[in-house]
Amino acid sequence: MIKTDKLVFEYEKQDDDGNVIGVSRAIDEVDLDIKPGQFVAILGHNGSGKSTLAKHMNAILVPTEGTMWVDGKDTRREENLWDVRQSAGMVFQNPDNQIIGCVVEEDVGFGPENLGVPTEEIWRRVEESLRAVGMIEYREHSPNKLSGGQKQRVAIAGVMAMRPKCIVLDEPTAMLDPVGRKEVLRSVEELRKREHITVILITHYMEEVVDADKVIVMDHGHVVMQGTPREVFSRVDELKKYRLDVPQVTLLADELRKSGVDIPKGILKKEELVNLLCQ
Amino acid sequence: MSIKLEHINYIYSPGTAYEKQALKDINIEIPHGQFVGIIGHTGSGKSTLIQHLNGLVKATSGALYYNGENIYAEGYHMRELRNQVGMVFQYPEHQLFEVDVLSDVCFGPKNQGCSEEEAKQRAREALKLVGLKEKYYERSPFDLSGGQKRRAAIAGVLAMQPKVLVLDEPTAGLDPKGRDEILDQIAYLHETCDMTVILVSHSMEDIAKYVDRIIVMNHGQVAFDDVPKKVFEHYKELEKIGLSAPQVTYIMHELKARGLDVPADVTTIEEATEAILAALEKKGE
Repeated sequence: MIKTDKLVFEYEKQDDDGNVIGVSRAIDEVDLDIKPGQFVAILGHNGSGKSTLAKHMNAILVPTEGTMWVDGKDTRREENLWDVRQSAGMVFQNPDNQIIGCVVEEDVGFGPENLGVPTEEIWRRVEESLRAVGMIEYREHSPNKLSGGQKQRVAIAGVMAMRPKCIVLDEPTAMLDPVGRKEVLRSVEELRKREHITVILITHYMEEVVDADKVIVMDHGHVVMQGTPREVFSRVDELKKYRLDVPQVTLLADELRKSGVDIPKGILKKEELVNLLCQ
Repeated sequence: MSIKLEHINYIYSPGTAYEKQALKDINIEIPHGQFVGIIGHTGSGKSTLIQHLNGLVKATSGALYYNGENIYAEGYHMRELRNQVGMVFQYPEHQLFEVDVLSDVCFGPKNQGCSEEEAKQRAREALKLVGLKEKYYERSPFDLSGGQKRRAAIAGVLAMQPKVLVLDEPTAGLDPKGRDEILDQIAYLHETCDMTVILVSHSMEDIAKYVDRIIVMNHGQVAFDDVPKKVFEHYKELEKIGLSAPQVTYIMHELKARGLDVPADVTTIEEATEAILAALEKKGE
């Protein structure tokens, strides 16, 4: 679904007068291969290059060197731009920056309308998408009055209505309260199961990625760790080196293991730990 | 420097179609030197509440005493209150604006009437307190990383030498290490600078680790007000109002339900490790 070959992205640093004073490499020879239907999480500290990478997935940015293919299409070729943008939908951190309609259903319909979808079909998609994220009863509400979690679900519905094959979520829960966070993740999970859509989730919350098929850790523009959540989270000390963390349950299991309790590495869920301790 | 809120009510746009009561009969007393966490779902009134603390928003009714003096009394020196109660808003780095970091941090003290020299002195102290190295002082604040920008912005408030520091989600959007660094720094400030610290957060794990007391807001009212252990005992009620307990608290509840002899009111990893080890040892005897 998403494939890169030695992807490099550089940007120029400028001084106050606009003169180029240097070049920074935000992404440095990244090779990725994300299969259709996979749930892939990208972790990395602030400035590690993960958002820059995400912006390549729908051609907001294009590679300086190397290649990125979205659904087989090279993002650098201008004639592919529309297809790429339709294949990969983006959801960003701040819900207030992505909602434009005065009414929820209008907002969700904006995307397909821009794609030139016939009116009847738009309404059908709006309804389906809102149902999928559990927001159908708010279809005639004003987005202003919704909570953060609800707004993010509307934003996700807006992307879904464009029928993308892949959805890229860049820290969608960073500004939400715990229940808002859960609502958003549940909606994403639901979409994955029902629509078999490819999901790429960028987050700073380690608990959110335990169900991913694959976790990618970025540092200084490189992919430094890659594997299942269990593989990645069993390397607690290495993750800390990259300014990251592990879920609380993993940390607790790790502490207990260090104190001599017989527990394997890489515990991800509280049920696992409870079962092990209560045998 | 105690703060006392008595029967505080706040109504938005009274008399219009948008009228909404954001705070209902709030009664809180915060003694000097406490480290207080405020939690509540989006729209629960917590931001409105903290904006009352330095008089940015005036209550519709009720009284707010700072150090025993009613700030709504006629002739009360509001400017002095704002010097003493420093407010760090959400995403404070958006408020950076000067050409270099040091000048930006000097802005507050200069406004307070400090001389150029004194302002610089205070700015340097504040930057040291937030752990920003000297090599950054002359740089543009916009060239710093996310975590560094936020430190610079917090230094800008600290340079005003407040007695009370109020922070609205100071770690939103930071990576885990950045989160820990900022919170450790805040805890250090609380200990060394004899300050009252009021922290608004969506992270139950962070709140549990640092604060002495948690105030839970819901629909403009105080739902719970107690030490973290006691507040997180109500985890089921907390879930109903958009919150939760730290993950480790849930683990302890389940272990207990499954027959392991551990206390359920544990809120940090350290405590949990100790309690589980003790219980396992007892079980093995």
